[in-house]
Amino acid sequence: MRQLVIFIRKEFLHVFRDRKTLLMLFGLPIAQIVLFGFALSNEIKDSRIAVVDYSKDAVTQRLIAKIGSSPYFNIQRTLASADQIDAAFKKGDLKMAVTFPAGFGDDVIHTGKATMQVIADASDPNQATTITNYLNQIVADFNTELAAGSGQPMTIVPSMQMMYNPELRGAPNFVPGVMALVLMLVCTMMTSVAIVREKELGTMEILLVSPFRPVYIIISKLAPNLLISIVNLFVILFLSDIFLDLPVKGSFLLLVFGSVLFIMTCLSIGLLLSINAQTQQAAMTGSLMGMMLPTMLLTGFLFPIENMPLALRLLSNLVPSRWYFIIVKQVMLKGLGIGAIWKELLILGGMCVFLFTISLRKFKIRLQ
Amino acid sequence: MEPVIKTDKLSKRFGPFIACNELTFTVDKGEIFGFLGANGAGKTTAMRMLCGLLGPSSGEATVAGFDVYTQTEKIKKSIGYMSQKFSLYDDLSVAENIRFYGGIYGMSRPAIRTKTTELLEELGLQQEARTLVRELPLGWKQKLAFSVSIVHDPEIVFLDEPTGGVDPVTRRQFWDLIYAAADSGVTVFVTTHYMDEAEYCNRVSIMVDGVIAALDSPANLKQQYGAATMEDVFYELARKAKRKGD
Amino acid sequence: MITLDHITKTYNKGKVLAVKDISLSVKPGELFGLIGPDGAGKTTLFRILTTLLLADRGTAVVNGYDVVKDFAKIRSSVGYMPGRFSLYQDLTIEENLQFFATVFGTTIEENYHLIKDIYVQIEPFKDRRAGKLSGGMKQKLALCCALIHKPAVLFLDEPTTGVDVVSRKEFWEMLARLKAEGITILVSTPYMDEARLCDRVGLIQKGSILSIDSPAGIVGQFPGDLYGLEAANTHRLLREARAYPGTRSCFAFGDALHVTFERGKEGEAVEWLKGKGLPDVKMERIQPGIEDVFIHLLKD
Repeated sequence: MRQLVIFIRKEFLHVFRDRKTLLMLFGLPIAQIVLFGFALSNEIKDSRIAVVDYSKDAVTQRLIAKIGSSPYFNIQRTLASADQIDAAFKKGDLKMAVTFPAGFGDDVIHTGKATMQVIADASDPNQATTITNYLNQIVADFNTELAAGSGQPMTIVPSMQMMYNPELRGAPNFVPGVMALVLMLVCTMMTSVAIVREKELGTMEILLVSPFRPVYIIISKLAPNLLISIVNLFVILFLSDIFLDLPVKGSFLLLVFGSVLFIMTCLSIGLLLSINAQTQQAAMTGSLMGMMLPTMLLTGFLFPIENMPLALRLLSNLVPSRWYFIIVKQVMLKGLGIGAIWKELLILGGMCVFLFTISLRKFKIRLQ
Repeated sequence: MEPVIKTDKLSKRFGPFIACNELTFTVDKGEIFGFLGANGAGKTTAMRMLCGLLGPSSGEATVAGFDVYTQTEKIKKSIGYMSQKFSLYDDLSVAENIRFYGGIYGMSRPAIRTKTTELLEELGLQQEARTLVRELPLGWKQKLAFSVSIVHDPEIVFLDEPTGGVDPVTRRQFWDLIYAAADSGVTVFVTTHYMDEAEYCNRVSIMVDGVIAALDSPANLKQQYGAATMEDVFYELARKAKRKGD
Repeated sequence: MITLDHITKTYNKGKVLAVKDISLSVKPGELFGLIGPDGAGKTTLFRILTTLLLADRGTAVVNGYDVVKDFAKIRSSVGYMPGRFSLYQDLTIEENLQFFATVFGTTIEENYHLIKDIYVQIEPFKDRRAGKLSGGMKQKLALCCALIHKPAVLFLDEPTTGVDVVSRKEFWEMLARLKAEGITILVSTPYMDEARLCDRVGLIQKGSILSIDSPAGIVGQFPGDLYGLEAANTHRLLREARAYPGTRSCFAFGDALHVTFERGKEGEAVEWLKGKGLPDVKMERIQPGIEDVFIHLLKD
């Protein structure tokens, strides 16, 4: 019994003398509480919506004003006709479009019933459900207001149409997210571990003291991971097509191009991580802590980025998977072309070049 | 007097491979017993069986009177062990290491305290009681590791290449400690690659290809093989080994 | 061929002194042994010479190239065997050799004659993974990999540490044969007795050089006469010999003690010891070895 106590005491001593572990043990929970408690939330505010009003009467004006004044919505565009809705969605930032048919107000006053068309971007089904609920709530309130005024029950019915994902399946949202996460993890972890393994085994010493140029060491570490990741990519796309009924709607080549850019960015992050790690364990921990958490939290597939405090929103711009997530959604789910994603491609490309240059420069050709 | 270690045809097989083949020998109390052999000859396997860490395949053995098949826990309590990879924790202080091992071996707190003071004085480490082990020079670490391995006054202490890489003066100081322990009745079972250290032993056994090829005092062995030094004796026996590749 | 000029190296921002003001040179075709215990600074020197570390102060030249400015040229022309048998554990002997041959832009066949004597000993196991080899075999493989490109200089950092006596002996025989091919070899080892086989030896301890000379020259540095004392009870002899008032130094060396005495005190030693319960004690003058000199130099 006493032996147990003594052993436990020793274990405590080990833990408290290891500063890095301590930081993780105590710092992490605090960071998480702060993040989840204050910064990340599932509430969606200021969703950008478009309105098409064929009726333009008092009722629609009131309802539109009510919707616009709600903290959840931000009427970004007023379109002249419903045909423009498709193009507006394709531009990428609209979450919902509301159409009031002609004679809306008349229908309401004379029959007590009217229908408004609502089209929501359901590529993130959780978001779509949430904001359509908000809308339902607003419309229900409006119904009550109207009924109070006229003494008759009023029913304005929002007719919902979920675009890109009519059945509100989870797959369209989590598959791009998983792709980003998996590729990111595999690339950074495998690359950093592979390089650090040479350091740990001591074979790096021999490689350095040879005519073998250091840049070849880097290429030979990156090449297999690049190949494996591309294979992984194909497997995921194949599986999501066959089993999840989620085919690539847009250009396959474009998707692969964007993915390769993302993979190379992750590989160079792995390279960067390997430079300061001395043991494989440190490399793995660095990849997990350093990359997995930000990727999960700041990519946008678990928590909407628009609602994060400014600091986190700015931070998420630095996370490559955030941009890749957009690329995948636009191309794979919405079938959009390069016009919709050129900005994201450029940003990823820039990150890739920048990270590669830095990690190549910092790669240690000596042991110190 | 019952020998401290007694084996009778002790063997260990790993599948078709016979690591230790019918080892039969005894070690008496207070002896310094050198256990030599090339890498792969079966030394480590034999030591592990004697320490109660590995179950034998056949044969019999008792260590400190306890059976290696059925009483391994009692064996572990009666022995000390030190290997070249150190048994001390780098991030604990000298005193903390002593306290830890003393406690693990079941020593009472007052006993640990007394022993700690004794040990520190003996090794000249009084100023370093609070120093983390990783800050100590190699030679001090090794001497400390040895002292810690016998902190609970075991009957036998197993030393696995304890003096690797240390300067010649420290090596001899280490052997002074071994002598002192043997004088106080602790049996020392030691393996080493330094052939001059083989001469410090009362008796030496040399394992070749899983079998004990020779067992006697260094003086007798040198006479038997017409050799001037233990190194020559070892060389004579080991170069005929078939198991060089393992 | 190799020159170190006032090299100093510290770690941890100056807190740990690894090597202090070391100067030495190795002639072309020489077999030079760097002898010293762990922590003496051997590995640090090797790493500076193979351009893996930068010294804080001083310069070093290998094969005519500066270790800082021309490090790439040095890296292409030397063979290096670091202290931990760094080879690829999951590749076989043959695969490892092939890999290093390719890395150095050569093939196994091209320089086979250099490694032949060594390689034939491990060739029967050429399909075995390096991780499953014994210490002695790993050592031979590592040597082959370091030699495969016919380097001008060979750096071997503790190649015999942890290996049994037989393999150690064989290894040094291999080195002697390599020397005959004209390769300059710098070897480090903690085993003092291996020094005998070198052309010259550098004794190093705690970052400083204690002495550099041929083995015979080192031995010649031993001051005064050295005596060997023997008795059946070595342990008792050790105690009593230390207690003898005329003893200057007394160290155990296997079955004998190596003792030096204060001037003129050696005459009465045997009688004195006989009186202390050591009737069979014998004493004779002996030739000092490298270890005797090392211990003597350590005391200062």
